[in-house]
Amino acid sequence: MQEQLVFVRNQMLPPEAPPPGQKGIARWMRENLFSGPMNSALTLLGLLAVVWLALHVLPWLMHSVWNANSLNECRQIIQDRWGEGATGACWAMVRERWHQYLYGFYPQDMYWRPNLALLLLFAALAPVLFSSLPRKMLWITALYPATGFWLLWGGTIWAPVVAMMGFVVLWLVFTVLQPRLGVPVSAGIGVVAAAVWWMVLQAPMTDALQSLAPLRIRAVDSRDFGGFLLSFVIGVTAISASLPMGILLALGRKSDMLLVRTLSVGFIEFIRGVPLITLLFTASLLLQYFLPPETNFDIILRVIILVTFFAAAYIAEVIRGGLAALPRGQYEAADALGLDYWQAQRLIIMPQALKISIPGIVSSFIGLFKDTTLVAFVGLNDPLKGITQIVRADINWKGIYWEPYIFAGALFFLICFGMSRYSMWLERKLKTDHR
Amino acid sequence: MAEHAIDRSKMKVSDEVAVQITQMNKWYGQFHVLRDVNMTVHKGERIVICGPSGSGKSTLIRCINRLEEHQSGQIIVDGTELTNDLKNIDKVRSEVGMVFQHFNLFPHLTILENCTLAPIWVRKVPKKEAEETAMHFLRKVKIPEQANKYPGQLSGGQQQRVAIARSLCMKPRIMLFDEPTSALDPEMIKEVLDTMIELAEEGMTMLCVTHEMGFAQAVANRVVFMDQGQIVEQNEPREFFNNPQSERTKLFLSQILGH
Repeated sequence: MQEQLVFVRNQMLPPEAPPPGQKGIARWMRENLFSGPMNSALTLLGLLAVVWLALHVLPWLMHSVWNANSLNECRQIIQDRWGEGATGACWAMVRERWHQYLYGFYPQDMYWRPNLALLLLFAALAPVLFSSLPRKMLWITALYPATGFWLLWGGTIWAPVVAMMGFVVLWLVFTVLQPRLGVPVSAGIGVVAAAVWWMVLQAPMTDALQSLAPLRIRAVDSRDFGGFLLSFVIGVTAISASLPMGILLALGRKSDMLLVRTLSVGFIEFIRGVPLITLLFTASLLLQYFLPPETNFDIILRVIILVTFFAAAYIAEVIRGGLAALPRGQYEAADALGLDYWQAQRLIIMPQALKISIPGIVSSFIGLFKDTTLVAFVGLNDPLKGITQIVRADINWKGIYWEPYIFAGALFFLICFGMSRYSMWLERKLKTDHR
Repeated sequence: MAEHAIDRSKMKVSDEVAVQITQMNKWYGQFHVLRDVNMTVHKGERIVICGPSGSGKSTLIRCINRLEEHQSGQIIVDGTELTNDLKNIDKVRSEVGMVFQHFNLFPHLTILENCTLAPIWVRKVPKKEAEETAMHFLRKVKIPEQANKYPGQLSGGQQQRVAIARSLCMKPRIMLFDEPTSALDPEMIKEVLDTMIELAEEGMTMLCVTHEMGFAQAVANRVVFMDQGQIVEQNEPREFFNNPQSERTKLFLSQILGH
């Protein structure tokens, strides 16, 4: 017994390959599909369901008709080709009406304008989404609100230019006052200055510049916007505006200042407690009562503002969750180094809180983008209900049911799936905690 | 403790006052955490604060850079009194470095960025210069090769040394250590203590909350014992350990040195 007690290893063992059966497809199937009687049964049931679904959907898809002038013609072709009682998809409708799904009633001879705006949108988004791109590209982003607006709505170029100058005024006032008055006060004064600019100087400045240097393209009315063009305009604007607003609301809700906190909580709880449709009705009807009678507030702008509010309230709560997940030590370390509140938020707290909140934020964005179809309720031609109604009002396509929704749904899926994949990529890229 | 002899040539206590605490009281709600604390720290002092848990020692040093607010009395740090004035608070904080028990490095920034952030944004040092300073201090704490890694890739001892370097990059006049070795594995404590000893050898004014009595004996010029929010006893280390005066100190020392 005694000689068993003392043990000294003189040679370290090298690692060995795992035993057979620890890799390969057999192991994968055993582990993932047939790990027990219950799971095997579920696997088989699942397979059956997939087969059953495919058997029902596939013939319908296989019998698709792409060339026809009406639903009746479609049906005739299907019957001729596949026999009495056969069903099939009639994509001929999409072939004829796809442009309405994409552009609504935007004048056909000017489709190049939304197309160019979309192209510029990608150029403007790229440097924001991918930090490896040259930072100079951010100028495209900064100018995009003006260029995008002008391309889509047309009219004189000076309107968006003067509107952008309002932001320059805001920035100037802020940078001049910030060293003396601090971030919140100078930002507040800046916003007031910009608001004065927009309300008082916008119209006369635009007119003056237009008469000096007439530069205009044909104007397009907001009511002519429709389809995915409309969804994009509302979705992209509301997404880019709701994130900063959500951040401010989340910070406001955590603020020590009673007034700021109460206002933030009140705003968030009110907006979250009310259905989006109610807000949209407010946008289309009630705002008209509150604003001075001669102001003609564009319907799309009104909808964008309320969709932004709606999304911002949700995003604020998502970000608050991210803030709560940060250890207190991060705040203390930032304080101990002498960073002031805004520096600490910008450099330490927000980068981490936003990173934690990416899945939630992107979910909110996806929800917002899909919610843009609700503008159908205030008489705008969204791609799902609005355009489909118009298509079905045509005697040729009366009674078509699945195809328009599948088409619009597929486009929505592509866009939302893209957002979701981007967020997963971003999460992986920003992962630095190496846990 | 330290195998190599400690170089005491620069460890000089000057007459200049670094921190002056007078009649300071603090409450957490109803709980009276710090009671009538009076303390004068001179430039160049190395003070070790010890005491049982809950005695208020961490709270005391956290009051010195206003991570905690005191309700009565006076704290003057380097000539600036700590009040509600945010400007004064930020001024004091940029002069006082702090090292935390849980390091509190910024996990989304590299080691180098952790060290250059405050100099760039608070001191407005050009980026290039800040990086040079950071590399200087990272070499000093002996981890320059980790500069481009993230905190999560480093061991606890390395992270704590980075935290010390991060504070030093602000060129502080006073360093506060809040139980810097308590969250570390035993084999990593020494590397952090060695870094702190080196700092002491250069004449840094230090206040350390720690249970490392070996460190106290080696470098401290004063040991402060706290209990129930009060300073019970303070003395130079040899006297403090060999000849404690109060019963509470004797009991505490017998408990931590007894085994």
